[in-house]
Amino acid sequence: MALNLSKQDWLLFLGFALVVLTMPITLQPLGAAYPALMQKFCIFGIFALGFNILFGLTGYLSFGHAAFIGIGSYAAVWMFKLLTMNALPAIFFSMIVAGLVAVVIGYVALRRSGIYFSILTLAFAQMFYNLAYSVLTPLTNGETGLQLTLNDPRMLDNMAGAATGGLPRVELFGIGLSGGGYAGFYFCAVILILCFFFAIKIFRSPFGLMLRALKSNQNRMRYTGFNNRPYLLAAFVISGVYAGLAGSLMAVTDPLAGAERMQWTASGEVVLMTILGGAGTLVGPILGAAVIKYFENIFSAFNEQTLHRIFDFLPDSIENPLVSVLSLFVGEGWHLTLGVIFVLIVIFLPGGIMEGFRRLSGLFNRGGGGGKPAVASHPQPAE
Amino acid sequence: MDAILLQILNGLDKGGAYALIALGLTLVFGTLGVVNFAHGALFMMGAFCAVAFNKLLTLQSVTIDPSQTTPWGSPMEVRQPYVEAWLGESGKFLVDYSVPASILLAIPVMLIVGIAMERGLIRHFYKRPHSEQILVTFGLAIVIQEIIKHYFGANPIPQPAPAAFRGTAAVGEMIGLGQGLPYPWWRLIYLAFSLSIIGAVFAFLRFTTYGMVVRAGMRDRETVGLLGINIERRFTVVFGIAAVVAGVAGVMYTPILPPDYHIGMEFLVLSFVVVVVGGMGSLGGAVLAGFLLGILQSFASMNEVKAIIPGIDQIIIYLVAVVVLLTLPRGLMGRAGVMEE
Repeated sequence: MALNLSKQDWLLFLGFALVVLTMPITLQPLGAAYPALMQKFCIFGIFALGFNILFGLTGYLSFGHAAFIGIGSYAAVWMFKLLTMNALPAIFFSMIVAGLVAVVIGYVALRRSGIYFSILTLAFAQMFYNLAYSVLTPLTNGETGLQLTLNDPRMLDNMAGAATGGLPRVELFGIGLSGGGYAGFYFCAVILILCFFFAIKIFRSPFGLMLRALKSNQNRMRYTGFNNRPYLLAAFVISGVYAGLAGSLMAVTDPLAGAERMQWTASGEVVLMTILGGAGTLVGPILGAAVIKYFENIFSAFNEQTLHRIFDFLPDSIENPLVSVLSLFVGEGWHLTLGVIFVLIVIFLPGGIMEGFRRLSGLFNRGGGGGKPAVASHPQPAE
Repeated sequence: MDAILLQILNGLDKGGAYALIALGLTLVFGTLGVVNFAHGALFMMGAFCAVAFNKLLTLQSVTIDPSQTTPWGSPMEVRQPYVEAWLGESGKFLVDYSVPASILLAIPVMLIVGIAMERGLIRHFYKRPHSEQILVTFGLAIVIQEIIKHYFGANPIPQPAPAAFRGTAAVGEMIGLGQGLPYPWWRLIYLAFSLSIIGAVFAFLRFTTYGMVVRAGMRDRETVGLLGINIERRFTVVFGIAAVVAGVAGVMYTPILPPDYHIGMEFLVLSFVVVVVGGMGSLGGAVLAGFLLGILQSFASMNEVKAIIPGIDQIIIYLVAVVVLLTLPRGLMGRAGVMEE
């Protein structure tokens, strides 16, 4: 593949890579610089990035993308069980399986558009979710979830004679990836950067332009003699493969796959991330994923005691009501915060955080005219 | 034969709930053109009206009666609901009938909630794309869910049906088949209830002037507006009615399925499938598809069927939706020009 990116895109890409790789340092002050959380940033970043290729570029709102996450996870764990604990075959296998499933679902669902497409994708995802608990239990191990066991075949590993006591860890040529270490984070980070590179390529390619054209006016595209379906299907499959990859990374960092990853709320979550960050922008969805996962982590750790400690300086008559109101929004109730933010974003800032940046920068240099580039040049995946 | 009849009853029952929610969804979509993902949350709120009403009625005084002792020797605590202390026998009756009685609470509450929701939020989304409507109502549903969860907890709260309807009815004798065919009373009540609500909504739309104007507005709101009718206000009322329908459906469903905070979402997903199968914007289609899918689902969960196609009970509704959408682009009874491309 030719690497002919424009200078601006190279800057964006290098800046992005730098920010991602230095997260362990830059996130220190935010208290988010531990690998397990940063891994999540990367994994959900990949998921949202892929979702954005479909939703952001073509405008097709899929409500069933979590199915690919689940399929990716299951495929990866099966690879660990059957072949080897090396992460690479598992990842490739997951991408292939997710891609094949995406071809089938996309072929059917893309025959309709608008809300019908949303419902069709939702229907498929729910089918997978329900079947994972019933008929597919031999493959998915039902409610327990698919786990590694001591007597898995692991053919390649056993041929190499790498039998050890205890459950093996997922590794990349000897480096342990599972269990929340820095190796796992850097592995995910490098893959996120690669995915980001491909996303830039897609956004800037004639193919990406075609997808945008489909978003703005399908009929006109058809009249100019294009067959829309293959382009849409390609976008759907690409985003499915991204989701499968994200699912396999979940399995790499924690070799366990459960069907709850496929529940439709999980599909809703990725929509949320994409919208929050800014659909149709390059870094927006990753930003949205990181913001949501960060707040999930911070807010759900709060409880009433911490709140009382924070507002200790206030007189009791103010402190107690304030804490009881705020406690609605933290801990168990952080979803409420999420819902409120979500509603506010859709009402006031449909373009997400990225549009907020653009408006802010528009305020500062009014003289420059309104034509700002679609992508801000300061990607900060974990603001 | 018995088994088949039983499944039809089961299906009609479940279908009644689907149809009621789908009816509200379609009403909102047909009038306001808004895809309301918070409709399931309204169903859930209705169910929790029943829970709250029941809690209110069973608020009880605890007195220690020194003349009695428990088997363990400590003084006996006597609990008596205030309602019973104040109203005596009729209080007891009221507690027993708390679920149907809470409809009286649910109607004003849901009407207010519905109108507030339409005026406060959904009004601003008429002209926005459908995806944004879906997203904002989805966010709103999360908010409602979490508030309910905060006050009522995450566990399902069982609600008893009135004692008189707790047993089973011998349906077979009623329809002259002779045999027993036992079926829970409350489910029969629910079926009758959902049919009458559906009938009431249709009658309202068909036989009242108000309903006629609303129907005219569904076809062409601008012309109706030009005739000097404040169609927006009528649509707000229609949204309120849809909220009430979802709410009372939730109230009456509580003895069948103990409500928890995400019961609405589960019903919403299915009801959306129902609406789409019935045809967006078609009220009759929504009701028909609701009952049809309910019956199909209960047939698919028969052991005989599951033995032939394992797992079919889990996916039948979605499978039907996929087939219908691919073969009948407008659903079963959709009108031309509604939500096409």
